[in-house]
Amino acid sequence: MTEADARPPKIRIRGLSKAFGQKVVLDGLDLDVPAGSSLVVIGGSGSGKSVLIKCILGLIEADAGTIEIDGRNVLAMRARERESVNEHIGMLFQGAALFDSLPVWENVCFGLIAKRRLARREAKPRAVEILAQVGLGPEVAELSPSELSGGMQKRVALARAIAARPDIIFFDEPTTGLDPIMGAIIDALIVEQVERLGATAFSITHDMASAQRIADTVAMIHKGSIIWKGPASEIRNSGNPYVDQFVRGSTEGPIQMEVRR
Amino acid sequence: MQGVLAFLGGIGAGLFAILSAAGQVALFALSALWHTVRPPFYPRLLGRQMLEIGYFSLPVVALTAIFSGMVLALQSYTGFARFSAEGAVATVVVLSITRELGPVLAGLMVAGRIGAAIAAEIGTMRVTDQIDALTTLSTNPMKYLVVPRLVAATVVLPMLVIVADILGVMGGFIVGVFKLEFNAGAYMTRTWEYLKFEDVFSGLVKAAVFGFVIALMGCFQGYHSKGGAQGVGAATTNAVVSASILILVFNYVITELFFAR
Repeated sequence: MTEADARPPKIRIRGLSKAFGQKVVLDGLDLDVPAGSSLVVIGGSGSGKSVLIKCILGLIEADAGTIEIDGRNVLAMRARERESVNEHIGMLFQGAALFDSLPVWENVCFGLIAKRRLARREAKPRAVEILAQVGLGPEVAELSPSELSGGMQKRVALARAIAARPDIIFFDEPTTGLDPIMGAIIDALIVEQVERLGATAFSITHDMASAQRIADTVAMIHKGSIIWKGPASEIRNSGNPYVDQFVRGSTEGPIQMEVRR
Repeated sequence: MQGVLAFLGGIGAGLFAILSAAGQVALFALSALWHTVRPPFYPRLLGRQMLEIGYFSLPVVALTAIFSGMVLALQSYTGFARFSAEGAVATVVVLSITRELGPVLAGLMVAGRIGAAIAAEIGTMRVTDQIDALTTLSTNPMKYLVVPRLVAATVVLPMLVIVADILGVMGGFIVGVFKLEFNAGAYMTRTWEYLKFEDVFSGLVKAAVFGFVIALMGCFQGYHSKGGAQGVGAATTNAVVSASILILVFNYVITELFFAR
Protein backbone atom coordinates (compact mmCIF):
# COMPACT_ATOMS: atom_id res chain seq x y z
CA MET A 1 0.00 0.00 0.00
CA THR A 2 1.62 3.22 -1.14
CA GLU A 3 0.80 6.72 0.01
CA ALA A 4 -0.81 7.37 -3.37
CA ASP A 5 -3.10 4.35 -2.96
CA ALA A 6 -4.83 6.06 -0.05
CA ARG A 7 -6.22 8.72 -2.42
CA PRO A 8 -9.54 8.19 -4.29
CA PRO A 9 -8.99 6.56 -7.67
CA LYS A 10 -9.05 8.86 -10.68
CA ILE A 11 -9.17 5.81 -12.92
CA ARG A 12 -10.68 2.55 -11.71
CA ILE A 13 -10.57 -0.52 -13.94
CA ARG A 14 -12.41 -3.72 -13.11
CA GLY A 15 -12.54 -7.01 -15.01
CA LEU A 16 -11.30 -5.48 -18.27
CA SER A 17 -11.13 -8.06 -21.01
CA LYS A 18 -10.24 -7.86 -24.66
CA ALA A 19 -9.53 -10.58 -27.20
CA PHE A 20 -8.68 -10.44 -30.88
CA GLY A 21 -10.13 -13.65 -32.26
CA GLN A 22 -8.73 -16.50 -30.18
CA LYS A 23 -5.93 -14.34 -28.72
CA VAL A 24 -6.80 -13.02 -25.27
CA VAL A 25 -4.91 -9.76 -24.71
CA LEU A 26 -6.57 -8.41 -21.55
CA ASP A 27 -7.89 -11.01 -19.16
CA GLY A 28 -10.13 -9.53 -16.46
CA LEU A 29 -7.64 -6.81 -15.57
CA ASP A 30 -8.14 -4.76 -12.36
CA LEU A 31 -6.24 -1.53 -11.70
CA ASP A 32 -6.68 1.70 -9.73
CA VAL A 33 -4.87 4.93 -10.49
CA PRO A 34 -5.11 7.33 -7.52
CA ALA A 35 -5.80 11.00 -8.30
CA GLY A 36 -2.65 13.07 -8.66
CA SER A 37 -0.34 10.06 -8.82
CA SER A 38 1.92 8.83 -11.57
CA LEU A 39 1.41 5.17 -12.41
CA VAL A 40 3.62 3.37 -14.88
CA VAL A 41 2.58 0.03 -16.33
CA ILE A 42 5.55 -2.07 -17.38
CA GLY A 43 5.49 -5.28 -19.35
CA GLY A 44 7.03 -7.06 -22.28
CA SER A 45 6.08 -6.73 -25.92
CA GLY A 46 2.65 -8.22 -26.54
CA SER A 47 1.71 -8.21 -22.84
CA GLY A 48 -1.32 -5.94 -23.46
CA LYS A 49 0.05 -2.52 -22.43
CA SER A 50 -0.94 -0.69 -25.60
CA VAL A 51 -4.36 -2.36 -25.76
CA LEU A 52 -4.95 -1.34 -22.13
CA ILE A 53 -4.20 2.32 -22.79
CA LYS A 54 -6.28 2.27 -26.01
CA CYS A 55 -9.23 0.76 -24.15
CA ILE A 56 -9.06 3.49 -21.50
CA LEU A 57 -8.92 6.17 -24.19
CA GLY A 58 -11.84 4.64 -26.10
CA LEU A 59 -9.73 3.86 -29.17
CA ILE A 60 -10.45 0.14 -28.85
CA GLU A 61 -13.75 -1.29 -27.65
CA ALA A 62 -13.34 -3.60 -24.65
CA ASP A 63 -15.17 -6.94 -24.60
CA ALA A 64 -16.07 -6.81 -20.90
CA GLY A 65 -15.40 -4.91 -17.69
CA THR A 66 -15.67 -1.32 -16.54
CA ILE A 67 -13.39 1.71 -16.74
CA GLU A 68 -14.39 4.50 -14.41
CA ILE A 69 -12.93 7.98 -14.71
CA ASP A 70 -13.94 10.20 -11.80
CA GLY A 71 -16.47 7.53 -10.84
CA ARG A 72 -18.23 7.40 -14.24
CA ASN A 73 -18.02 4.30 -16.42
CA VAL A 74 -16.70 5.61 -19.73
CA LEU A 75 -17.44 2.32 -21.51
CA ALA A 76 -21.18 2.92 -21.07
CA MET A 77 -21.07 6.50 -22.36
CA ARG A 78 -22.43 7.76 -25.67
CA ALA A 79 -19.94 9.22 -28.15
CA ARG A 80 -20.64 12.87 -27.28
CA GLU A 81 -20.36 12.24 -23.55
CA ARG A 82 -17.11 10.38 -24.18
CA GLU A 83 -15.76 13.33 -26.19
CA SER A 84 -16.45 15.63 -23.25
CA VAL A 85 -14.47 13.28 -20.97
CA ASN A 86 -11.60 13.32 -23.48
CA GLU A 87 -11.47 17.11 -23.20
CA HIS A 88 -9.90 16.59 -19.78
CA ILE A 89 -7.39 14.05 -21.05
CA GLY A 90 -4.01 14.54 -22.74
CA MET A 91 -2.14 11.86 -24.62
CA LEU A 92 1.45 11.54 -25.79
CA PHE A 93 1.73 8.86 -28.46
CA GLN A 94 4.74 6.60 -28.92
CA GLY A 95 5.49 8.00 -32.38
CA ALA A 96 4.36 11.54 -31.38
CA ALA A 97 1.47 11.32 -33.94
CA LEU A 98 1.76 14.98 -34.87
CA PHE A 99 -0.49 16.13 -37.72
CA ASP A 100 1.98 16.53 -40.55
CA SER A 101 -0.37 18.72 -42.59
CA LEU A 102 -0.28 21.40 -39.87
CA PRO A 103 2.54 23.58 -38.54
CA VAL A 104 3.80 23.00 -35.00
CA TRP A 105 1.80 25.85 -33.45
CA GLU A 106 -1.46 24.46 -34.86
CA ASN A 107 -0.56 21.01 -33.60
CA VAL A 108 0.01 22.34 -30.11
CA CYS A 109 -3.26 24.27 -29.95
CA PHE A 110 -5.29 21.81 -32.04
CA GLY A 111 -7.58 20.72 -29.22
CA LEU A 112 -8.16 24.28 -28.04
CA ILE A 113 -9.01 25.51 -31.55
CA ALA A 114 -11.18 22.48 -32.36
CA LYS A 115 -13.26 23.00 -29.23
CA ARG A 116 -13.40 26.75 -29.89
CA ARG A 117 -11.81 27.48 -26.54
CA LEU A 118 -9.25 29.60 -28.36
CA ALA A 119 -9.54 31.76 -31.50
CA ARG A 120 -7.03 30.95 -34.26
CA ARG A 121 -5.46 34.43 -34.06
CA GLU A 122 -4.78 33.89 -30.34
CA ALA A 123 -3.54 30.35 -30.79
CA LYS A 124 -0.07 31.06 -32.09
CA PRO A 125 1.15 33.18 -29.15
CA ARG A 126 -0.41 30.64 -26.81
CA ALA A 127 1.40 27.81 -28.62
CA VAL A 128 4.70 29.68 -28.28
CA GLU A 129 4.11 29.95 -24.50
CA ILE A 130 3.41 26.23 -24.22
CA LEU A 131 6.40 25.34 -26.40
CA ALA A 132 8.58 27.36 -24.01
CA GLN A 133 7.33 25.15 -21.15
CA VAL A 134 8.80 22.12 -22.91
CA GLY A 135 12.05 23.90 -23.75
CA LEU A 136 11.39 24.83 -27.37
CA GLY A 137 11.93 28.29 -28.84
CA PRO A 138 9.40 30.39 -30.79
CA GLU A 139 11.16 29.61 -34.09
CA VAL A 140 9.86 26.02 -33.85
CA ALA A 141 6.23 27.18 -34.00
CA GLU A 142 6.24 27.77 -37.75
CA LEU A 143 8.04 24.54 -38.66
CA SER A 144 6.37 21.44 -40.02
CA PRO A 145 6.59 18.28 -37.86
CA SER A 146 8.70 16.60 -40.56
CA GLU A 147 11.38 19.25 -40.03
CA LEU A 148 11.84 18.26 -36.37
CA SER A 149 14.14 15.66 -34.81
CA GLY A 150 12.63 12.75 -32.86
CA GLY A 151 13.28 14.45 -29.51
CA MET A 152 11.74 17.71 -30.68
CA GLN A 153 8.70 15.86 -32.00
CA LYS A 154 8.22 14.23 -28.59
CA ARG A 155 8.46 17.65 -26.92
CA VAL A 156 5.90 19.12 -29.32
CA ALA A 157 3.66 16.10 -28.65
CA LEU A 158 4.06 16.75 -24.91
CA ALA A 159 3.19 20.41 -25.49
CA ARG A 160 0.04 19.30 -27.34
CA ALA A 161 -0.84 16.88 -24.54
CA ILE A 162 -0.64 19.57 -21.85
CA ALA A 163 -2.08 22.48 -23.87
CA ALA A 164 -5.64 22.08 -22.58
CA ARG A 165 -4.42 21.69 -18.97
CA PRO A 166 -5.78 18.12 -18.69
CA ASP A 167 -6.61 16.29 -15.47
CA ILE A 168 -5.16 13.04 -16.76
CA ILE A 169 -2.20 12.58 -19.09
CA PHE A 170 -1.38 9.30 -20.81
CA PHE A 171 2.13 8.53 -22.02
CA ASP A 172 2.66 5.68 -24.47
CA GLU A 173 6.33 4.63 -24.44
CA PRO A 174 7.49 8.25 -24.04
CA THR A 175 11.21 7.50 -24.47
CA THR A 176 11.11 4.88 -27.21
CA GLY A 177 13.41 5.75 -30.09
CA LEU A 178 15.28 8.44 -28.18
CA ASP A 179 18.89 8.41 -27.03
CA PRO A 180 19.39 8.04 -23.23
CA ILE A 181 20.08 11.74 -22.69
CA MET A 182 17.04 12.90 -24.66
CA GLY A 183 15.01 10.19 -22.91
CA ALA A 184 16.04 11.62 -19.53
CA ILE A 185 15.15 15.14 -20.71
CA ILE A 186 11.69 14.01 -21.84
CA ASP A 187 11.16 12.19 -18.53
CA ALA A 188 12.16 15.31 -16.58
CA LEU A 189 9.74 17.39 -18.64
CA ILE A 190 6.97 14.87 -18.03
CA VAL A 191 7.52 14.96 -14.26
CA GLU A 192 7.72 18.76 -14.24
CA GLN A 193 4.57 19.28 -16.31
CA VAL A 194 2.52 16.64 -14.47
CA GLU A 195 3.44 18.25 -11.13
CA ARG A 196 2.74 21.76 -12.45
CA LEU A 197 -0.72 20.75 -13.65
CA GLY A 198 -1.46 18.57 -10.63
CA ALA A 199 -2.55 15.92 -13.12
CA THR A 200 -2.82 12.17 -12.83
CA ALA A 201 -0.28 10.43 -15.07
CA PHE A 202 -0.72 7.00 -16.64
CA SER A 203 2.24 5.69 -18.60
CA ILE A 204 3.20 2.46 -20.29
CA THR A 205 6.78 1.60 -21.03
CA HIS A 206 9.34 -1.17 -21.11
CA ASP A 207 12.17 1.29 -20.40
CA MET A 208 12.99 0.63 -16.72
CA ALA A 209 15.11 3.76 -16.33
CA SER A 210 12.24 5.87 -17.62
CA ALA A 211 9.73 4.06 -15.40
CA GLN A 212 11.77 4.78 -12.29
CA ARG A 213 12.16 8.44 -13.20
CA ILE A 214 8.48 9.21 -13.81
CA ALA A 215 6.57 6.75 -11.58
CA ASP A 216 5.21 6.98 -8.05
CA THR A 217 3.77 3.51 -8.51
CA VAL A 218 4.69 0.76 -10.92
CA ALA A 219 2.39 -2.05 -12.04
CA MET A 220 3.48 -5.00 -14.11
CA ILE A 221 1.21 -6.52 -16.73
CA HIS A 222 1.75 -10.07 -17.92
CA LYS A 223 -0.59 -12.07 -20.17
CA GLY A 224 -3.33 -9.48 -19.83
CA SER A 225 -3.40 -9.21 -16.02
CA ILE A 226 -1.66 -7.03 -13.43
CA ILE A 227 0.66 -9.40 -11.60
CA TRP A 228 2.42 -6.92 -9.32
CA LYS A 229 1.92 -3.35 -8.16
CA GLY A 230 4.04 -1.34 -5.75
CA PRO A 231 6.07 1.82 -5.13
CA ALA A 232 8.61 2.66 -7.83
CA SER A 233 11.34 2.58 -5.16
CA GLU A 234 10.64 -1.12 -4.52
CA ILE A 235 10.76 -2.26 -8.12
CA ARG A 236 14.24 -3.79 -7.76
CA ASN A 237 13.26 -5.59 -4.54
CA SER A 238 9.75 -6.65 -5.44
CA GLY A 239 10.13 -10.29 -4.49
CA ASN A 240 8.10 -11.16 -7.59
CA PRO A 241 10.01 -13.48 -9.97
CA TYR A 242 8.29 -12.02 -13.04
CA VAL A 243 9.17 -8.45 -12.05
CA ASP A 244 12.72 -9.48 -11.10
CA GLN A 245 13.28 -11.14 -14.46
CA PHE A 246 11.85 -8.17 -16.33
CA VAL A 247 13.90 -5.63 -14.38
CA ARG A 248 17.09 -7.66 -14.87
CA GLY A 249 16.29 -8.23 -18.54
CA SER A 250 17.17 -11.89 -18.03
CA THR A 251 16.22 -14.69 -20.42
CA GLU A 252 16.04 -17.08 -17.43
CA GLY A 253 12.87 -16.98 -15.38
CA PRO A 254 9.11 -17.52 -15.48
CA ILE A 255 8.53 -15.21 -18.48
CA GLN A 256 8.98 -17.28 -21.61
CA MET A 257 9.13 -15.24 -24.80
CA GLU A 258 7.82 -16.89 -27.95
CA VAL A 259 11.09 -16.99 -29.87
CA ARG A 260 11.86 -19.58 -32.54
CA ARG A 261 15.48 -20.59 -32.82
CA MET B 1 -16.90 -34.98 -53.79
CA GLN B 2 -14.35 -33.27 -51.55
CA GLY B 3 -13.11 -31.24 -54.50
CA VAL B 4 -16.62 -30.09 -55.41
CA LEU B 5 -17.31 -29.07 -51.81
CA ALA B 6 -14.02 -27.17 -51.63
CA PHE B 7 -14.86 -25.43 -54.92
CA LEU B 8 -18.33 -24.43 -53.71
CA GLY B 9 -16.89 -23.40 -50.36
CA GLY B 10 -14.43 -21.13 -52.15
CA ILE B 11 -17.24 -19.49 -54.12
CA GLY B 12 -19.27 -19.05 -50.92
CA ALA B 13 -16.33 -17.53 -49.05
CA GLY B 14 -15.67 -15.14 -51.92
CA LEU B 15 -19.31 -14.09 -52.08
CA PHE B 16 -19.41 -13.64 -48.33
CA ALA B 17 -16.29 -11.45 -48.46
CA ILE B 18 -17.80 -9.26 -51.19
CA LEU B 19 -21.08 -8.85 -49.29
CA SER B 20 -19.22 -8.13 -46.07
CA ALA B 21 -17.08 -5.45 -47.76
CA ALA B 22 -20.20 -3.92 -49.38
CA GLY B 23 -21.89 -3.82 -45.98
CA GLN B 24 -18.90 -2.14 -44.38
CA VAL B 25 -18.77 0.49 -47.12
CA ALA B 26 -22.52 1.10 -46.78
CA LEU B 27 -22.25 1.52 -42.98
CA PHE B 28 -19.26 3.85 -43.42
CA ALA B 29 -21.24 5.92 -45.95
CA LEU B 30 -24.28 6.11 -43.64
CA SER B 31 -22.08 7.17 -40.73
CA ALA B 32 -20.45 9.84 -42.91
CA LEU B 33 -23.84 11.15 -44.06
CA TRP B 34 -25.06 11.27 -40.45
CA HIS B 35 -22.02 13.31 -39.45
CA THR B 36 -22.51 15.61 -42.46
CA VAL B 37 -25.66 17.10 -40.95
CA ARG B 38 -24.47 17.19 -37.33
CA PRO B 39 -22.22 19.94 -35.93
CA PRO B 40 -19.42 20.79 -35.51
CA PHE B 41 -18.73 21.77 -39.12
CA TYR B 42 -15.32 22.63 -40.52
CA PRO B 43 -15.83 25.23 -43.30
CA ARG B 44 -12.10 25.99 -43.51
CA LEU B 45 -11.33 22.31 -44.21
CA LEU B 46 -14.21 22.13 -46.70
CA GLY B 47 -12.79 25.14 -48.57
CA ARG B 48 -9.32 23.60 -48.61
CA GLN B 49 -10.67 20.31 -49.98
CA MET B 50 -12.75 22.08 -52.64
CA LEU B 51 -9.61 23.85 -53.78
CA GLU B 52 -7.59 20.63 -53.76
CA ILE B 53 -10.19 18.49 -55.50
CA GLY B 54 -11.62 21.12 -57.83
CA TYR B 55 -9.13 23.80 -58.72
CA PHE B 56 -6.04 21.59 -58.80
CA SER B 57 -7.84 18.95 -60.91
CA LEU B 58 -8.77 21.50 -63.57
CA PRO B 59 -5.71 21.00 -65.81
CA VAL B 60 -6.01 17.23 -65.98
CA VAL B 61 -9.78 17.31 -66.53
CA ALA B 62 -9.49 20.11 -69.13
CA LEU B 63 -6.85 18.31 -71.16
CA THR B 64 -8.78 15.04 -71.04
CA ALA B 65 -12.02 16.74 -72.16
CA ILE B 66 -10.56 18.80 -74.97
CA PHE B 67 -8.69 15.88 -76.57
CA SER B 68 -11.68 13.57 -76.12
CA GLY B 69 -13.88 16.09 -77.95
CA MET B 70 -11.31 16.38 -80.71
CA VAL B 71 -10.90 12.66 -81.25
CA LEU B 72 -14.65 12.13 -81.02
CA ALA B 73 -15.24 14.63 -83.84
CA LEU B 74 -12.56 12.98 -85.93
CA GLN B 75 -13.79 9.43 -85.38
CA SER B 76 -17.48 10.19 -85.82
CA TYR B 77 -16.71 12.06 -89.03
CA THR B 78 -14.86 9.09 -90.54
CA GLY B 79 -17.72 6.80 -89.51
CA PHE B 80 -20.61 9.00 -90.61
CA ALA B 81 -18.93 9.88 -93.91
CA ARG B 82 -19.50 6.27 -94.98
CA PHE B 83 -23.23 6.91 -95.19
CA SER B 84 -23.16 10.64 -95.88
CA ALA B 85 -24.24 11.71 -92.38
CA GLU B 86 -21.33 14.06 -91.67
CA GLY B 87 -23.79 16.71 -90.51
CA ALA B 88 -24.49 14.70 -87.36
CA VAL B 89 -20.94 15.09 -86.06
CA ALA B 90 -21.65 18.17 -83.94
CA THR B 91 -24.74 16.56 -82.39
CA VAL B 92 -22.92 13.31 -81.62
CA VAL B 93 -20.04 15.19 -80.05
CA VAL B 94 -22.18 17.32 -77.75
CA LEU B 95 -24.46 14.44 -76.69
CA SER B 96 -21.53 12.07 -76.08
CA ILE B 97 -19.62 14.66 -74.11
CA THR B 98 -22.46 15.91 -71.91
CA ARG B 99 -24.11 12.55 -71.28
CA GLU B 100 -21.15 10.21 -71.00
CA LEU B 101 -17.61 11.26 -71.72
CA GLY B 102 -17.55 14.47 -69.69
CA PRO B 103 -18.66 12.94 -66.38
CA VAL B 104 -17.05 9.51 -66.86
CA LEU B 105 -13.65 10.73 -68.00
CA ALA B 106 -13.58 13.52 -65.41
CA GLY B 107 -14.62 10.97 -62.78
CA LEU B 108 -11.92 8.49 -63.75
CA MET B 109 -9.23 11.17 -63.88
CA VAL B 110 -10.25 12.57 -60.50
CA ALA B 111 -10.43 9.03 -59.08
CA GLY B 112 -6.81 8.54 -60.09
CA ARG B 113 -5.67 11.89 -58.77
CA ILE B 114 -7.84 12.53 -55.73
CA GLY B 115 -9.02 9.06 -54.70
CA ALA B 116 -5.41 7.95 -54.43
CA ALA B 117 -4.36 11.10 -52.57
CA ILE B 118 -7.22 10.79 -50.05
CA ALA B 119 -6.49 7.12 -49.36
CA ALA B 120 -2.76 7.76 -48.99
CA GLU B 121 -3.22 10.74 -46.67
CA ILE B 122 -5.84 9.18 -44.40
CA GLY B 123 -4.07 5.80 -44.53
CA THR B 124 -0.81 7.37 -43.39
CA MET B 125 -2.68 9.16 -40.63
CA ARG B 126 -4.15 5.81 -39.56
CA VAL B 127 -0.85 3.91 -39.40
CA THR B 128 0.96 6.77 -37.62
CA ASP B 129 -1.75 7.10 -34.91
CA GLN B 130 -2.81 10.56 -36.11
CA ILE B 131 -6.44 9.45 -36.34
CA ASP B 132 -6.27 8.16 -32.75
CA ALA B 133 -4.69 11.49 -31.80
CA LEU B 134 -7.72 13.29 -33.26
CA THR B 135 -10.02 11.19 -31.07
CA THR B 136 -8.00 11.94 -27.94
CA LEU B 137 -8.25 15.64 -28.82
CA SER B 138 -12.06 15.33 -28.73
CA THR B 139 -12.28 15.65 -32.50
CA ASN B 140 -14.40 13.15 -34.39
CA PRO B 141 -12.28 11.84 -37.30
CA MET B 142 -15.38 11.24 -39.42
CA LYS B 143 -16.37 14.89 -39.12
CA TYR B 144 -12.83 16.25 -39.44
CA LEU B 145 -11.40 14.01 -42.16
CA VAL B 146 -14.21 12.28 -44.03
CA VAL B 147 -17.09 14.78 -44.21
CA PRO B 148 -15.14 17.71 -45.75
CA ARG B 149 -13.73 15.43 -48.47
CA LEU B 150 -17.10 13.83 -49.23
CA VAL B 151 -18.95 17.13 -49.43
CA ALA B 152 -16.18 18.84 -51.41
CA ALA B 153 -15.94 16.05 -53.99
CA THR B 154 -19.73 15.83 -54.38
CA VAL B 155 -20.07 19.58 -54.91
CA VAL B 156 -16.98 20.18 -56.98
CA LEU B 157 -17.15 17.34 -59.50
CA PRO B 158 -20.28 18.74 -61.25
CA MET B 159 -18.43 22.05 -61.59
CA LEU B 160 -15.49 20.24 -63.15
CA VAL B 161 -17.85 18.46 -65.51
CA ILE B 162 -19.39 21.76 -66.65
CA VAL B 163 -15.86 22.85 -67.59
CA ALA B 164 -15.22 19.45 -69.22
CA ASP B 165 -18.47 19.73 -71.23
CA ILE B 166 -17.56 23.18 -72.54
CA LEU B 167 -13.99 22.22 -73.40
CA GLY B 168 -15.02 18.88 -74.92
CA VAL B 169 -17.48 20.61 -77.25
CA MET B 170 -14.82 23.19 -78.01
CA GLY B 171 -12.38 20.40 -78.92
CA GLY B 172 -14.93 18.98 -81.34
CA PHE B 173 -15.52 22.46 -82.73
CA ILE B 174 -11.80 23.03 -83.35
CA VAL B 175 -11.44 19.77 -85.26
CA GLY B 176 -14.77 20.22 -87.05
CA VAL B 177 -14.07 23.77 -88.24
CA PHE B 178 -10.29 23.85 -88.72
CA LYS B 179 -9.64 20.30 -89.91
CA LEU B 180 -12.91 18.95 -91.31
CA GLU B 181 -13.87 22.36 -92.73
CA PHE B 182 -17.38 22.61 -91.29
CA ASN B 183 -18.93 26.07 -91.27
CA ALA B 184 -18.46 27.46 -87.75
CA GLY B 185 -21.98 28.86 -87.47
CA ALA B 186 -23.57 25.67 -88.83
CA TYR B 187 -21.49 23.54 -86.43
CA MET B 188 -22.66 25.57 -83.43
CA THR B 189 -26.28 25.50 -84.64
CA ARG B 190 -26.10 21.71 -84.91
CA THR B 191 -24.53 21.57 -81.46
CA TRP B 192 -27.41 23.44 -79.82
CA GLU B 193 -30.20 22.09 -82.01
CA TYR B 194 -30.65 18.68 -80.44
CA LEU B 195 -29.16 19.35 -77.00
CA LYS B 196 -31.73 19.08 -74.19
CA PHE B 197 -31.58 20.13 -70.57
CA GLU B 198 -31.68 16.52 -69.37
CA ASP B 199 -28.55 15.69 -71.42
CA VAL B 200 -26.51 18.15 -69.37
CA PHE B 201 -28.41 17.56 -66.14
CA SER B 202 -27.93 13.77 -66.23
CA GLY B 203 -24.20 14.35 -66.66
CA LEU B 204 -24.11 16.63 -63.65
CA VAL B 205 -26.05 14.13 -61.53
CA LYS B 206 -23.55 11.47 -62.58
CA ALA B 207 -20.69 13.81 -61.65
CA ALA B 208 -22.10 14.40 -58.16
CA VAL B 209 -22.53 10.64 -57.61
CA PHE B 210 -19.03 9.95 -58.96
CA GLY B 211 -17.57 12.64 -56.68
CA PHE B 212 -19.24 11.04 -53.68
CA VAL B 213 -18.03 7.57 -54.70
CA ILE B 214 -14.43 8.72 -55.27
CA ALA B 215 -14.19 10.43 -51.89
CA LEU B 216 -16.05 7.61 -50.14
CA MET B 217 -13.75 4.89 -51.44
CA GLY B 218 -10.64 6.99 -50.76
CA CYS B 219 -11.74 7.71 -47.20
CA PHE B 220 -12.95 4.16 -46.53
CA GLN B 221 -9.79 2.48 -47.78
CA GLY B 222 -7.53 4.98 -46.01
CA TYR B 223 -9.50 4.84 -42.76
CA HIS B 224 -9.24 1.06 -42.60
CA SER B 225 -5.67 0.70 -43.79
CA LYS B 226 -3.22 -1.18 -41.59
CA GLY B 227 0.20 -2.71 -41.74
CA GLY B 228 2.44 0.30 -42.37
CA ALA B 229 3.64 1.49 -45.76
CA GLN B 230 2.51 -1.67 -47.54
CA GLY B 231 -1.00 -1.29 -46.11
CA VAL B 232 -1.19 2.34 -47.22
CA GLY B 233 -0.04 1.32 -50.71
CA ALA B 234 -2.72 -1.37 -50.87
CA ALA B 235 -5.36 1.09 -49.62
CA THR B 236 -4.38 3.57 -52.33
CA THR B 237 -4.61 0.94 -55.08
CA ASN B 238 -7.92 -0.37 -53.75
CA ALA B 239 -9.36 3.15 -53.56
CA VAL B 240 -8.61 3.91 -57.21
CA VAL B 241 -9.67 0.50 -58.53
CA SER B 242 -12.91 0.32 -56.53
CA ALA B 243 -13.85 3.94 -57.32
CA SER B 244 -13.18 3.38 -61.04
CA ILE B 245 -15.32 0.25 -61.14
CA LEU B 246 -18.11 1.90 -59.17
CA ILE B 247 -18.03 4.91 -61.51
CA LEU B 248 -18.67 2.62 -64.48
CA VAL B 249 -21.40 0.72 -62.61
CA PHE B 250 -23.20 3.88 -61.46
CA ASN B 251 -22.78 5.38 -64.93
CA TYR B 252 -24.90 2.56 -66.32
CA VAL B 253 -27.45 2.75 -63.49
CA ILE B 254 -27.95 6.52 -63.83
CA THR B 255 -28.11 6.29 -67.63
CA GLU B 256 -30.81 3.64 -67.25
CA LEU B 257 -32.73 5.85 -64.81
CA PHE B 258 -32.63 8.91 -67.08
CA PHE B 259 -32.90 7.52 -70.57
CA ALA B 260 -34.41 4.03 -70.48
CA ARG B 261 -37.65 3.96 -72.45
